[in-house]
Amino acid sequence: MNLISMIFGAILTNNIILSKFLGICPFMGVSKNTKSAVGMGAAVLFVILASSVITYAVQYLILVPAGIEYMQLIAFILIIASFVQLVEMVLKKYSPSLYKSLGVYLPLITTNCAVLFVAQDNIAKAYTLLETVVNAIAVSVGFMLVLFLFSCIRERLDSADTLPSWKGNPVALIVAGLMALAFTGLAGIF
Amino acid sequence: MWNNFKNCFIKDNPVFGLFLGMCSTLAVSSSLNNAVGMGVCVIIVLVLSNVIISAMRKIVPDEIRIPVFIVVIASLVTILQMVLHAFVADLYTSLGAFLSLIVVNCIILGRAEAFASKNGIVPSLVDGLGMGLGYTFSLVLIALIRQVISTWGISFYNPFNPAQMIFDIKLPMESLKVTLFSSSVGAFFTFAVLAAIFAKIKANGESKAKKEAAK
Repeated sequence: MNLISMIFGAILTNNIILSKFLGICPFMGVSKNTKSAVGMGAAVLFVILASSVITYAVQYLILVPAGIEYMQLIAFILIIASFVQLVEMVLKKYSPSLYKSLGVYLPLITTNCAVLFVAQDNIAKAYTLLETVVNAIAVSVGFMLVLFLFSCIRERLDSADTLPSWKGNPVALIVAGLMALAFTGLAGIF
Repeated sequence: MWNNFKNCFIKDNPVFGLFLGMCSTLAVSSSLNNAVGMGVCVIIVLVLSNVIISAMRKIVPDEIRIPVFIVVIASLVTILQMVLHAFVADLYTSLGAFLSLIVVNCIILGRAEAFASKNGIVPSLVDGLGMGLGYTFSLVLIALIRQVISTWGISFYNPFNPAQMIFDIKLPMESLKVTLFSSSVGAFFTFAVLAAIFAKIKANGESKAKKEAAK
């Protein structure tokens, strides 16, 4: 039961983009068409899941026994950066077509604050390994869902008739605000 | 150099002009105190990282520069976190996770890559200060609007010493307040309106410059 409420909480009520304001950069940058939004969502899912498990292991097998928890931030960001690099190299070698379709968004995952936040949040909330995995998947599914919905709206928004100074990011932010409003309404359900 | 510094506020404003560091801007702008506290933290990290990175720009090999930059920034943020935790515990708790997320704030890595790694120490210092102040300026602007609308009043105490109240003003007719503006919805709306205003100012400036050039 606890796990189920955690999953729904992370996907809908405590959505990482709309209520915690993390990962806004890819949210604004990659949401111009549906295809790249889904690709980005999948890549983020993979990186968040894998880096959560690895940082979990590093925290409890290296940092805590050695008594150097204050190195957490430096260790985690290095793990995430090298992990993104690894994913990039593996994809380039074994699946060039997927690598090409993700393009520049792949290295940008390093500076996606959602990845670092999830890794630190797992430790701060003292999750077990199972909870860490479930939380990582749920958060990234929430990210993917909002990114996909937002990109669907934005594709239509491009052809809409808006004032010149509102074109692009400002009007997209208004849409994001309305989406956040809709998601707050869901809080009453759970 | 001075022009560069001035541009950081309106034309090249890192938040509204370049859309960098949006996550932290939206999240910590719910009150004036958090905005000022976060702004000061970002200025400190940005200035120091710009100076350090510009000082070692000649000895860092090109291929591994991004990991090196990130380690420099992460170390600075860790030090800042420890200092705040020890001396300003209140600010440390209210900024919460966003303090450590300064590491992935695009402004800092962006300036390191785009400016500090190519320029000398003094221009990098000025650039860091200008960009940091531009960021703080936008943060304060959003926080001011959100706080006035959501609480129908404005209060500000010293973020580094919460007992010291600087001012606390209440507007008449309190029932006009919209509490929604303290949540994420208000953050997005305020940001959108300000971004549109900045785009308008920028467009006006450009058309003026064009007319002058045509003369």
